[in-house]
Amino acid sequence: MESATVTGSSRLLAGGLGWRRRALNITMTALIAAAFVIALIPLISLVYEVAKRGIPGLSLEFFTEDARGQIGEGGGAAHAIVGTLVITGVASVISVPIGIMAAIYLNEYGTGRLRRALTFFVDVMTGIPSIVAGLFAYALFELFLGPGIRLGVMGSVALSVLMIPIVIRAAEEVLKIVPDHLREASYALGTPKWKTITKVVLPTAFAGLVTGVMIAVARIVGETAPLLVTTGVVDSMNSDPFNGRMQNLAVYAYNEYRSPGVFKQAAYDKAWAAALTLIAIVMLLNIAARLVYRRYKTEIR
Amino acid sequence: MSQVDTTTNAGQLLAAASGGRRRLGDRVFSRTAVVSAVTILALLAGVAMFLVSEGLPALTASASELPEGKSFVDYVAPLAFGTVLASAIAALVAVPLAVGVALFIPHVAPPRMALTLGYLVDLLAAIPSIVYGLWGIFVLGPAAVPVLKWLEERLGWLPFFEGPASATGRTMLVAGLVLAVMILPIVSAVAREVFAQTPRKLQEGAQALGATRWEMIRIVVLPFGRSSVISGAMLGLGRALGETMAVTIILSVSGAVTFNLISQANPSTIAANIALNFPESSGLAINALIATGLVLFAITLVTNMAARAVIARHEHE
Amino acid sequence: MNSSKWLAVIVTAAVLVVGVAACGDSGEDTASGNGGSSVSGEFAGAGSSAQQAAQEAWMAEFENQNSGVTISYDPVGSGGGREQFIAGGVSFAGSDAALSTEEDELSKAEKRCAPGELIEIPDYISPIAIIYNLPGVEVLQLDPETLAKIFNQEITSWDDQAIAADNPGVELPDTRITPVNRSDESGTTENFTEYLSEVVPSVWTHEVSGDWPVKGGEAASGTSGVVEAVAAGEGAIGYADASQASELGHAKIKVGSEYAEPTPEAAAKVLEESPLDKELSPGKHTMAYKLDRKTEAEGVYPIVLTSYLIACTKYDSADEAAAVKAYLEYVISPEGQELAAEQAGSAPLSPALTSKVTPAIEAIEAG
Repeated sequence: MESATVTGSSRLLAGGLGWRRRALNITMTALIAAAFVIALIPLISLVYEVAKRGIPGLSLEFFTEDARGQIGEGGGAAHAIVGTLVITGVASVISVPIGIMAAIYLNEYGTGRLRRALTFFVDVMTGIPSIVAGLFAYALFELFLGPGIRLGVMGSVALSVLMIPIVIRAAEEVLKIVPDHLREASYALGTPKWKTITKVVLPTAFAGLVTGVMIAVARIVGETAPLLVTTGVVDSMNSDPFNGRMQNLAVYAYNEYRSPGVFKQAAYDKAWAAALTLIAIVMLLNIAARLVYRRYKTEIR
Repeated sequence: MSQVDTTTNAGQLLAAASGGRRRLGDRVFSRTAVVSAVTILALLAGVAMFLVSEGLPALTASASELPEGKSFVDYVAPLAFGTVLASAIAALVAVPLAVGVALFIPHVAPPRMALTLGYLVDLLAAIPSIVYGLWGIFVLGPAAVPVLKWLEERLGWLPFFEGPASATGRTMLVAGLVLAVMILPIVSAVAREVFAQTPRKLQEGAQALGATRWEMIRIVVLPFGRSSVISGAMLGLGRALGETMAVTIILSVSGAVTFNLISQANPSTIAANIALNFPESSGLAINALIATGLVLFAITLVTNMAARAVIARHEHE
Repeated sequence: MNSSKWLAVIVTAAVLVVGVAACGDSGEDTASGNGGSSVSGEFAGAGSSAQQAAQEAWMAEFENQNSGVTISYDPVGSGGGREQFIAGGVSFAGSDAALSTEEDELSKAEKRCAPGELIEIPDYISPIAIIYNLPGVEVLQLDPETLAKIFNQEITSWDDQAIAADNPGVELPDTRITPVNRSDESGTTENFTEYLSEVVPSVWTHEVSGDWPVKGGEAASGTSGVVEAVAAGEGAIGYADASQASELGHAKIKVGSEYAEPTPEAAAKVLEESPLDKELSPGKHTMAYKLDRKTEAEGVYPIVLTSYLIACTKYDSADEAAAVKAYLEYVISPEGQELAAEQAGSAPLSPALTSKVTPAIEAIEAG
């Protein structure tokens, strides 16, 4: 790697810093900056639209009341907010430990067929359609608990199926670039492998791991299709994932949009407000993750 | 890897010399890691078994029993085509953009802004898929209508822009673009992490030898991150292949296999087709839908195999 | 403040928000209910999303009057609802199509209810409006044949002779017609195609089904999708639940010699003029209607969606039976039907129909 750099750079230097190299540099830099600006345009448009349409739907009622017994324009989404937090929380509790341990396996321990199989199939798992994950979770629980079962934790299981491959993939990439010399130094001091991993490798990769988990959480927090078939739809508050149906913001928004009833604008307002709340939740989590990142980021010398 | 092995062995010898307790820690930890790996494979096997057992009745049924009275192959072919087409558009647009974004933040942007800018792009990942769907039909679609008309007028001789241009903008092109925006943050986040971690000394080495910023990027950063970018692209592609809600809401699904990107007659994607038809289906129709899920599984498998082959080839250079 | 203090602030805030929200328990929210009632428990229904808005209104009002009950309704679609009902996963189902004899659906449902009997009654009637987006054309009149040809993509321009013939004196632009249909399988599609194939079978030769049979049109998902697509495309025409499309123009359809408007009253009248489908109504309490869409009676609008309620006369638990009976009694009551008309835009069951379906609900054994 290093020799390639030296060779490549030397060849360039031999030609001198002519106008051609300078022009190419400026062009490519401009293109890269342009890519960033292009990427920002849909973001700004999206956030603007959601904010514009969602703010009318926000109110104290929206955050503190559920929809039980509410007809027409009244009612809030408190039950949906709690539901989203619970379902996503349980999904993360399931996915993150397993995902990181599996990434550790792939990167630090794995050899031979198990490693190759896992790598390959994790890639495949990233392509599972969200609704298939939902159907699978439903079939799994139906096997043990009979038909028509609807539980918050079923949604979490379906979301875990979607979350785990992202956690593994991102964690693996981050663990891979922790340089070997850190590990070697640790072994040279006689530290056992597991301690090396937990005290040297993981802390070095910590910031990147947090980013990976954040990507995975963001991916699943807005999922609708799998939750429609697993957690059901309900108007009342329920914070117990193991008992009964649970509403969540994504399904709530989808329902308000799909069946607005006669008071169409109020329903649409609530749908957009729910979407805005979802984005706000992920934003808050992201901010927390970023602060962690800033604090614990270690640079590789 | 062999250097680490030697050191590991030496470390283990040292550890053995200092007593059996450490070996227990190692055993427990490595067992946990292996168990996690196996659990995930078991989960995946479970999903695969589910797809196969529920899909099999449809695969073996005759054409007359299946929805639309076609054989299964005829039923799933346009769906598979649509899936691949939409995802291809998404990947072609998103990956270059994502690489640009991932290069911009650590290497081109002012360092103080880097974190905030990265955060902004990651925000795209926070947006729920229904919102993308609604944005597609309320904002991007209508905005695209004049563009589609222009494409039909100027480039209508290409099979992609044959037209007639849709009046609502809910076309394959728009759906592909929305998918591109959806997968952009995934690809760019993975790429950004890796580009940011390009070893300083390599970068400084190139710069010391007089390379311009772009040259340093081309010679040091890109090769360093190439396989990670491909991995990130695969993650993004997986998301695009399996995306259900946004495509269901946006795409005007009323056609068969066609490369026409701007009309109202588009093939559906496998995931969107399941979402659209599952609610009202019963019996064999449900089996057929799940069997299409199995086909999607297979498509993802093949794409990933190809990507892995590409990565492996580069790593040997 | 340094970053860890910010972190602490954010985490505390998040915990507080979750705590407040979770503690705002629903039991204290029933401001208007008297709360006192003998029915209690939890039960669920599932099925047609066309009925969803109505079911939500019914559930909400019923829960207000009976605070001990929690009801939920999963809008998974009619097919899913029927399947879950047969499997015993839900206490009642909403379905846009009556239980059919295909795959023994009807007998399986009867078996689920045994030793009790199967109940199937219409509880939701809604007109399907033909909505269009044609700036400058306030009133549009169409006869069934023209309507079929438009949706069959045989007539492609708004200034076609056939349309002009139905609308004398109206200035029709030469805009291309964009026919909008449902991309998902739907009861609305099934009812609309049933109308077309019964009234103009020479033009509409396609099989009746919940899947739109003509390729190449603009397809949208859900009623909202169709409404939004028509609103977005100039020259678009589509079919959707009338109550969801109040801001768009509704075409008047020729019935007999008059042009009828899609009002709830006109829609409900169709049911009055129609006989029961004997094959699909084997039991004492099953009432599946064979809608007479060719009717030329006055004040009738024949393009309607009839949605059914499917339940049993006996349930495993006495509490469940009592609660379900009380709920369904409310659903078919005049107050309940008025509420649905207000909130979901449906047509209330006529008094004649109400008296026909009441015995079925009364047969639920809640003792």
